[in-house]
Amino acid sequence: MRLRVNGTDHEVEVEDDMPLLWVLRDELGITGPKYGCGIAQCGACTVHVDGVAVRSCQLAAADVDGEVTTIEGLGTPQALHAVQQAWVDHQVAQCGYCQSGQIMQAASFLDLNPEPTDEQIDAAMSGNLCRCGTYPRIRAAVKTAAAKLQGV
Amino acid sequence: MGRVKTIARRSFLVGSVAVLGGVAFGTYMYKRDVKNPLLAELKPGEVAFNPYVKVDAQGVTLITPRADVGQGAYSIQAHLLAEELDVELADVRIDPGMPSAAYYNGVVAAEGMPIAATSDSMMARTGRGAADVLGKFLGLQLTGGSSTVPDMYDRLRHAGAVARATLLAAAAQQTGLERDQLRTESGAVVLPDGMRLAYADLAATAAEIDPVQDVTLRDPSEWRMLGRDHLRTDIIAKSTGTQIYGIDMVMEGMVHATTRTNPALGGGILGYDATEAEVMRGVQAIMPITGGFAVVADNTWRAFRAADAVKADWGEAPYIGDTAAQFADVAASFVEDRQDSRFKDEGDVDAALKGADVLEAEYRIPYLAHAPLEPMSVVVKLAEGRLDIWTGTQIPRFVQEGAAAVAGLEAENVHVHVLMSGGSFGRRLEDDYIRQAVEIALEIPDTPIKMVWSREEDMTHDFPRPLAISRARGAVSGGQVAAYDLGIAAPSVTASSLGRLGQPAIGPDVAIVAGAWDQPYAIPDYRVTGYRVPPMVPVSSWRSVGASGNGFLHESFLDELCHAAGADPLEERLRLCWHDTSRKVLEAVAEMSGWGSDLGPGRGRGIAFTLSFGVPVAEVVEVTDTDRGIRIDKVFVAADVGRVLDPVNFEAQLSGGVIWGLGHAMNCELTYSGGVAQQDNFHVFEGMRLHQTPQIMVRGLENGDRIRGIGEPGVPPAAPALGNAIFAATGKRIRELPFAKHVDFV
Repeated sequence: MRLRVNGTDHEVEVEDDMPLLWVLRDELGITGPKYGCGIAQCGACTVHVDGVAVRSCQLAAADVDGEVTTIEGLGTPQALHAVQQAWVDHQVAQCGYCQSGQIMQAASFLDLNPEPTDEQIDAAMSGNLCRCGTYPRIRAAVKTAAAKLQGV
Repeated sequence: MGRVKTIARRSFLVGSVAVLGGVAFGTYMYKRDVKNPLLAELKPGEVAFNPYVKVDAQGVTLITPRADVGQGAYSIQAHLLAEELDVELADVRIDPGMPSAAYYNGVVAAEGMPIAATSDSMMARTGRGAADVLGKFLGLQLTGGSSTVPDMYDRLRHAGAVARATLLAAAAQQTGLERDQLRTESGAVVLPDGMRLAYADLAATAAEIDPVQDVTLRDPSEWRMLGRDHLRTDIIAKSTGTQIYGIDMVMEGMVHATTRTNPALGGGILGYDATEAEVMRGVQAIMPITGGFAVVADNTWRAFRAADAVKADWGEAPYIGDTAAQFADVAASFVEDRQDSRFKDEGDVDAALKGADVLEAEYRIPYLAHAPLEPMSVVVKLAEGRLDIWTGTQIPRFVQEGAAAVAGLEAENVHVHVLMSGGSFGRRLEDDYIRQAVEIALEIPDTPIKMVWSREEDMTHDFPRPLAISRARGAVSGGQVAAYDLGIAAPSVTASSLGRLGQPAIGPDVAIVAGAWDQPYAIPDYRVTGYRVPPMVPVSSWRSVGASGNGFLHESFLDELCHAAGADPLEERLRLCWHDTSRKVLEAVAEMSGWGSDLGPGRGRGIAFTLSFGVPVAEVVEVTDTDRGIRIDKVFVAADVGRVLDPVNFEAQLSGGVIWGLGHAMNCELTYSGGVAQQDNFHVFEGMRLHQTPQIMVRGLENGDRIRGIGEPGVPPAAPALGNAIFAATGKRIRELPFAKHVDFV
């Protein structure tokens, strides 16, 4: 099957039901999306399909019906996305393992809801688990990114 | 290695007086300088002034041997070196180095000794000295016990200073100028005319001269990095998906493996049927390993699927397998022949309680999993008598020795490459998953093998934080707490984890009573007794170890006594606290939280204090009793680490510790059936999520007499502060964790 990931087309020959996560990580060597739970409970595997956040551990390869963007395609160390810049400015990461997913979730959320309330931020980000407890800075970083994306 | 190992087996007597005997024996070796492991692999043109700084024509490499499990250890170690070396961290390489005795931990062994952090007695000083001797003697390279900063504070600054002084000497030799005409700045020696000689260009000359050992460390008033806000060295990588964790290692020709062993830990495997799994797509091999089997495939998901299809016949748990029976054995442990310690015995508790109006309570805490978000994973390659291991670990030398034993190699032929860890919370003080991968490598040599556990395998094969029961009695008199008798019964973490590392643990286990026996309260009649429950589920260190649960056990009942006395819980703690540094953190949270002001109906505040890892921490939790349950509104935290070197990360570790403590106290327990943990993924073991996270206000104080670490001490007071707040808001005293068994949370 054909997958478009971060602007590049890939031809992969995998089972229809292989989760996108494992296609990305083990077939294409794209390791930004992480394996944390395998049951859509932690959000570490979050990527975008046509700009919308999905849990790649639950999306079968055959069901991918759009362009995939992983954290590597959102921005790079040399050219950070506004959400990544906010994550750096607030120094959110501790172990950092969940943060690819947190950032992808936040970027998609702010795209759909550019001026979120605190309650909406809490609701949108509560599906992403962080064992280190970086939540206060995640809240702050989402607000900073929202303001920046609004050009405030 | 052979000799050290033999001696180590006899003298690793942490937790007993015999530790001093081992030390005397080790004094000769202790006084010898440690061998610099960088010298062995040095190439022409490279120079290594000490085990921590290497310079070659490409630039400067800083060696940061304490593992980074998220607590920012690499960053602070690099800053300690750079402060004296005068380099910019953006311009240097940071490398965790190789396992080496030179990277011994000189403070962590003191955590195993019955020495109160507040004590400066002869015995306490001797014990702390012994911890350094023991660590050096054993080459104990271990990250844990919030020890990285206290252990490395002087050592790394000194290493940076020696490197800088030697580079200055090299520059003087190269230019013919006097050393006092030269200065250093941003990775270069600056000549009087402003010309810059990069450190890299001085490497060849510096390699020819002896390191200048006579250095003076800069006064903190001269610091340009330490004590100020700075970016973590890993923050860009961790915000862009470019950080490589153990699970991300990719190698040419690599195969993917997973293992399944008996979830009744140590119960063994009687047999398995892999007929169906063997023919599944991508499966390359299914093989027996100790206690279970391994599947090797061309993709992790295919390995997981095939492992699910194997029918295994597991043996029975070699321990009490059901939660109710486990607690029953803990409850049966408050007897003389299971008494393990009585490090605190002030006044005469029995006399004080005789005839008094005695308040009594029993508290219970459950087993808890570490569940770092990166599941246990490792890449191994065995080829031509050399074993390479890439993984996130807190114990690289134990990994090296353990893997060597499995592979039948000398330790020197085992090369451990430490990678960033996606969390640990103590889980990576174990090498069980690495040994499994080495067993696979023995069957499939000459091939890089990535072994990844499923989340379910990870959570059901944890060595959890042990369960415990406390029985407390106390009395009040004249509006004051007068007597406190606390007994705590728990299995021994120290014996269980040292046992797996092939080390004996002799004497009482301080962890059973840590965070309870050593609290700085002057209660007239005051006793803390530890009871050792015989081994059940194998257990290990969990963020803040013994104090993680004992803070709750000690501080909750102290709160009950304060209320029974009709005293304000914070005022009474202040009155009882004799330790000035601790009093100041209590005063700080009182001020931060506006303690004493009216919160209005249905709301309440709770205070708790725990001194652990030498750090006094006070926390005030504010809750509201809503019609949807308890909501945690705010948490105020004050802690004293002597000196805050990294304010941004200090705040992160303390608030993270609060969230860790609160989240597990609210929502988490591991229960067992047939010896198997019943919670196998995050849908039933969540910790805290963002919508439950309160506002957290943090303050660092700097009155302490010694510098301390902050990764763990924020955890212990969180649960009791919450329980005490729930009591204040609702009148309901909850004596069992998790709280969610008794109240709802919003």
